[in-house]
Amino acid sequence: MVGLEHYLTVAAALFVIGIFGIFLNRKNVIVILMSIELMLLSVNLNLVAFSVHLGDMVGQVFTLFVLTVAAAEAAIGLAILVVFNRNRGTIDVEDVNVMKG
Amino acid sequence: MSVADIAFYAFAVVTVVAGLMLTISRNPVHSVLWMILSFLGAAGLMVLMGAEFVAMLVMIVYVGAVAVLFLFVVMMLDVDFAALKGEISRAMPLALLIGVVLIIQISLGIGAWVEADGALGLRDAPAPHGVDNARALGLILYDKYGFLFQIAGLILLVAMIGAILLTLRHRKDIKRQNVLQQMWRDPAKAMELKDVKPGQGL
Repeated sequence: MVGLEHYLTVAAALFVIGIFGIFLNRKNVIVILMSIELMLLSVNLNLVAFSVHLGDMVGQVFTLFVLTVAAAEAAIGLAILVVFNRNRGTIDVEDVNVMKG
Repeated sequence: MSVADIAFYAFAVVTVVAGLMLTISRNPVHSVLWMILSFLGAAGLMVLMGAEFVAMLVMIVYVGAVAVLFLFVVMMLDVDFAALKGEISRAMPLALLIGVVLIIQISLGIGAWVEADGALGLRDAPAPHGVDNARALGLILYDKYGFLFQIAGLILLVAMIGAILLTLRHRKDIKRQNVLQQMWRDPAKAMELKDVKPGQGL
């Protein structure tokens, strides 16, 4: 019988994979952004799992807001990435600090 | 093992394996495609849990919008991704160490977790019986969380305007159409009639 713990395990694995991806692809911003999306997805899975387990709808409402923020973050992040690539000709994050004022 | 259990394990394996392939694949386009697969697996898990509306929303927002956005940017940027992948073996030990430490921490947390005695009494909005998921979510979303819903829309608006402002640029070195100039063009001034005599040039 599949219970709450099973879903929590999947979400935890997904979250760890997201962090793993951030450290593994330190130079490639696109993969870092995708890893962040993966971590937000695992948080959503956690929220939905607890919401269904307890029978409380607020968890799913909060999932909608996390989804909104994830979409906005992806849009802004990719826009910054496009501008950075236009100015520098690369997306290597190790020399992003040229933007320091 | 029931059908639902088999479906759970299938979706769980697809989600986790696709997530792993996202991080280690060499081609970013493949990474985006693995991300789509991972999102689809997570949406399947949500359907299994009984949250169909959120599952469909994940499918629409992540697969339909965010993944396509990533795909656009990956294909639009002319970047030498092979050079960026050069250091992946150097970063592997640190990434593995951090991953293992995090797994230990999370499993300790889940292992020590027990449900509080009065947890069921503390629910803010108990799911109504006999009402399907989308209707129940809509009732509470527009009833109790209407203001937050509007704020979420505002966040999306700000994100949209910000993304447009960031990427818009006015290029001065190209010719562009000036519609008003074309409409206000006076044929009488633009043209001159000359009476050319036969046998002679101008």
